[in-house]
Amino acid sequence: MPIPSPARRAACRLLQGLALPPLFLLLSGCNLVVMQPSGDVALQQRNLVLASTGLMLLIIVPVIALTLFFAWRYRASNETAPYDPDWNHSTQLEVVIWTAPLLIIIALGALTWISTHTLDPFRPLGRIDATRPVPADAKPLVVEVVALDWKWLFVYPEYGIATVNELAAPVDRPITFKITASSVMNAFYVPALAGMIYAMPGMETKLHAVINKEGVYDGLASHYSGSGFSRMTFKFHGMKPDGFDAWVAKAKDKGADLNRESYLELEKPSEAVAPRFYKSVADDLYTAILNMCAMPGRMCMSEMMHIDATGGAGKESHGNRERLQYDNRRIEQGDEPNGATAPAAGRAPRSEGAPNQEGSPENKKAPPTSSDDLQRHHH
Amino acid sequence: MATQAHTTASGAKVPVFYERDEHAHEPSTMLGFWIYLMSDCLIFTVLFATYAVLGRNYAAGPSPVDLFDLKLVALNTAMLLFSSITYGFAMLEMEKDKLRTMQLWLVVTGLFGAAFIGIELYEFSHLIHEGATPQRSAFLSSFFALVGTHGLHVTFGIVWLIVLLIQTANRGLIPENKRRLMCLSMFWHFLDVVWIGVFTFVYLMGVLQ
Amino acid sequence: MLSDPDLQKLIFGRFSLEDIPFHEPILQVTFAGVAVVGLAVLGVITYYRFWGPLWRDWVTSVDHKKIGIMYIILAFVMLLRGFADALLMRAQQSIAFGANDGFLPPHHYDQIFSAHGVIMIFFVAMPFVTGMMNYVVPLQIGARDVAFPFLNNFSFWMTVSGAITIMISLFVGEFSRATWLAYPPLSGADMSPGVGVDYYIWGLQIAGIGTTLSGINLIATIVKMRAPGMSMMKLPIFVWTSLCTNVLITAAFPILTAVLTLLSLDRYIGTHFFTNDLGGNPMMYFNLIWIWGHPEVYILVLPAFGIFSEVTATFSGKRLFGYVSMVYATVVITILSYLVWLHHFFTMGSGASVNSFFGITTMIISIPTGAKIFNWLFTMYRGRIRFDVPMLWTLSFMVTFTIGGMTGVLLAVPPADFVLHNSLFLIAHFHNVIIGGVLFGMFAGVNYWFPKAFGFKLDEFWGKVSFWFWTVGFYVAFMPLYVLGLMGVTRRSQHFDDPSLQVWFVIAAFGAVLIAVGIAAMIMQFTVSIRNREKLRDLTGDPWGGRTLEWSTSSPPPDYNFAFQPRVHDLDAWDDMKRRGYERPLDGFQPIHMPRNTGTGAVIAALSVAFSFAMIWYMWWLAALTFVAMIAAAIIHTFNYNRDFDIPADTVVRTENERTSMLAVRA
Repeated sequence: MPIPSPARRAACRLLQGLALPPLFLLLSGCNLVVMQPSGDVALQQRNLVLASTGLMLLIIVPVIALTLFFAWRYRASNETAPYDPDWNHSTQLEVVIWTAPLLIIIALGALTWISTHTLDPFRPLGRIDATRPVPADAKPLVVEVVALDWKWLFVYPEYGIATVNELAAPVDRPITFKITASSVMNAFYVPALAGMIYAMPGMETKLHAVINKEGVYDGLASHYSGSGFSRMTFKFHGMKPDGFDAWVAKAKDKGADLNRESYLELEKPSEAVAPRFYKSVADDLYTAILNMCAMPGRMCMSEMMHIDATGGAGKESHGNRERLQYDNRRIEQGDEPNGATAPAAGRAPRSEGAPNQEGSPENKKAPPTSSDDLQRHHH
Repeated sequence: MATQAHTTASGAKVPVFYERDEHAHEPSTMLGFWIYLMSDCLIFTVLFATYAVLGRNYAAGPSPVDLFDLKLVALNTAMLLFSSITYGFAMLEMEKDKLRTMQLWLVVTGLFGAAFIGIELYEFSHLIHEGATPQRSAFLSSFFALVGTHGLHVTFGIVWLIVLLIQTANRGLIPENKRRLMCLSMFWHFLDVVWIGVFTFVYLMGVLQ
Repeated sequence: MLSDPDLQKLIFGRFSLEDIPFHEPILQVTFAGVAVVGLAVLGVITYYRFWGPLWRDWVTSVDHKKIGIMYIILAFVMLLRGFADALLMRAQQSIAFGANDGFLPPHHYDQIFSAHGVIMIFFVAMPFVTGMMNYVVPLQIGARDVAFPFLNNFSFWMTVSGAITIMISLFVGEFSRATWLAYPPLSGADMSPGVGVDYYIWGLQIAGIGTTLSGINLIATIVKMRAPGMSMMKLPIFVWTSLCTNVLITAAFPILTAVLTLLSLDRYIGTHFFTNDLGGNPMMYFNLIWIWGHPEVYILVLPAFGIFSEVTATFSGKRLFGYVSMVYATVVITILSYLVWLHHFFTMGSGASVNSFFGITTMIISIPTGAKIFNWLFTMYRGRIRFDVPMLWTLSFMVTFTIGGMTGVLLAVPPADFVLHNSLFLIAHFHNVIIGGVLFGMFAGVNYWFPKAFGFKLDEFWGKVSFWFWTVGFYVAFMPLYVLGLMGVTRRSQHFDDPSLQVWFVIAAFGAVLIAVGIAAMIMQFTVSIRNREKLRDLTGDPWGGRTLEWSTSSPPPDYNFAFQPRVHDLDAWDDMKRRGYERPLDGFQPIHMPRNTGTGAVIAALSVAFSFAMIWYMWWLAALTFVAMIAAAIIHTFNYNRDFDIPADTVVRTENERTSMLAVRA
């Protein structure tokens, strides 16, 4: 986007300029992460926000100014102002009031068409930042993301490790996220890195991004998904390459194994889950999750779709129904009884007690993957 | 309205600003009922769209080719088409103010409608007996929703038809009753048109794919 | 309750005494409050022996004016409930940081934000808009009632039944925790097995029937019942916006009905429309619900645009600038509102070309909307602007809505939406247009037409107090949310980790308190005005120097609205009549044909509450019984052919003579 680099801090300044003086201090301390991102994709999106706002202010500011001016100038008590009760049409003026917004929308529409294509999350990156293109031999870091109830699972196929509620990537290396969900849909969002995209069960979305600065950034679930939603957050670490290698080694060293059984335990609803590491990941676990057949005996979506594409399985296929049932997991474990508010469910409301402390009922529900062994990350 | 303007004391021409005589508005019922039908049509549009999206999702189960009996459906379609024609005859008799023959044709229409519903229920029970229940796959869910909603409309139309038979017997072909017969006529033909869509889109295209 | 569990299940379905939330102190207090107020109201009605008149003159009334007033009363009552939810959310979000969990656990907080959205859209904004159209449209087109008066009464009571169903969930069971749009799979039977989503579905289904029928009714009214001489291009602009809104209602609400029916089939009999498994597709729900949901936004805002147009012209003492382009702008918005729904989920990943298409169509809507703003601007130009309360709301709207429109267009740029979607920036945006557009419009309309409806003006001082607290409160409450959105804070969160956010939530909570003062001032305004009604009395029927036909009759208008049907020659019909020497007819009155009141609508609507309660709690016998009863009541109603009566000529003479003497007092 054609925004000069000093625009980096322009947003905060813009807001400061608009705000009342007492708010000035507040805003100078604010962390407007969307306006001051650390990844190139988010930066381009920020620039687009500023460019669009600027374009629109061309018409918004005069409208507001004229509203206030006309209201004051033609107040009833101002007898000196002209009064023309029959004046209600002017072709020239009509042309202007339709064309002025039209021109701005043409400009904005062009900007939208171009930027939507260049910033399509499914499109591999073309550059690392404004000055550096992606090297021809660069291999992106692939991270497979699964939105569970209510925590994030990150699988690193290249390194054979996985993490829960903690994400890391080396600085300036393109990242390819492949994103899905286990039961309820969600949205994967690291504001400092790139825009969000939905995580949907049985479907895969992609997000290409790169982090340009070292640091620890907030990541969150940004699509409401049930009671544990508010605490479904994680930290994203942008690291130097050697730091990242050490982080991987730590996971290899201290993590547990993520096989089908431990995944099915992990998949069960739990809240405010502390970060957790896995030193190995079962083969094609992510593919199984994506195809909703991680549970033994289930038919994979891919197989079902293949059968459907060839005209179904005929009348004698009752067994397939059992193998394809998926959603009723939570009823089996009695998560929510009929018509009950939490106390009638025969257990304490999930948020009673201190959810962030270990040993709360919630964390006991979490999988027995030797949480004592795990390095807990405090920030 | 005798004149378009009268003259005031001051001599200026003043237009007429109100009607001295009462004018009844032309009745709005037909327009209102037509708009209602269009809104009902949108419900069917959603159900058709749902069938278009989900109609091939057999969930590794039976497909239209396995399930649909075109001969039975053709018979069923004939029932509904005949009922539309006989309703048309009833309306012709109504225009001639012939109460008895009109009622006769209405009864025939209702019987054809009941036959349609009967055959549809037989088809449904047969499907369910074979395990092709609405719960089996998204295809079957959307099939039962679309065809079932149409069937419910026809059932409602039959109830309405019975009510009108009683009301015309009570009061004869008074304007209110004629208006109601016109509304039911529109409703009945509308369901016919929807069924032609169902027959083509669901059954024919399903079996002949 | 019963010792035999099978018998209990047969009779009470899944209901048991444990479903009454005795353990929730907030709900106990609320229940006590509602009970006290309810008993007080019942007591007052009994004391003043008002039951008879209440039933005869209001509940069974088919008079569009009374139905319109009742819609607006419903909207105000539900505004109190929806706003109480808003205060709870603001309080929770301003304290729940770090170790502090706040006072609302997720299972309660999630119900509150779901209820807030449902109530504010369906039971505040919709009744406001429908009530305003009901009251004003027939008067503005010179008609005596709507096309289908019984249907109008029925529509109103169905809306009330929907509201009652939602309110019952407060004290029996729970409300939905699946947000105001109930996206599956979260709202499906597996993830939300309780009664909450069922309350949501049935509340909306019942009210939706009323809304659709009322839309059909008003279209037929506007098309068929206009006064002679009122061609389509002489329709008052509010009638034009109402026509477009009702076209949108009849073209959008059936889609909501259908999609909620499919969701209830998933929940009740286990079909697979929106499930994850067996071929279902939750994303289809997103598309279908927003094909209703986006037009819904314009259903709400177009009548508000109409009100602003009337108010600006009247209080500027000028004809509306650019009437023709205003009409075209309204029609263009109506059509385009069906081509933008996907902008509510750019983040689903539909691909760059699809996203750009819907982004650009969304931006195009801002062109006619911008033209409208300019038209209001140039209506003020060379006017004589009187700053009565309706005009103050209009000015505040023009500034506020422009800002909201700008942030809306920003959100229509897909890559910008990727960083702002689902954030508090989005929350700030749509409150900016719904409060600043719809609510301000309704408040302008209430202040503008109140003297017409009741024969006295509303108190100006309290009106201005209310105006300033609402306007300032709005900015204090929602500008911090824009900032929080830019800080990457997402919506619907019950708890936050980052303590540096807290100060913004505290400011927003303070803004909500200012709005609360604004609402209290509004209640004061009504109270003071009713007490001082003799002082505020308007004898002319035209207190503002109005321009359209409703100001040509008395305030309040007689049952029959106009003794003689008006004949229209000009766009601003009443202004034209005043200018060209209209003289009120004093003789020659004739009997007037009017529809008769009926209780059928209220009876069917009451049965529908029992039916939906039975469906929600699986009391199948009661559901079957009430369903059959509803059909039977409707059929019995059709056997009543005696639906009209004549107001005798001497009654008309008496009424018109009273008005003559009122006008004489004034002179």
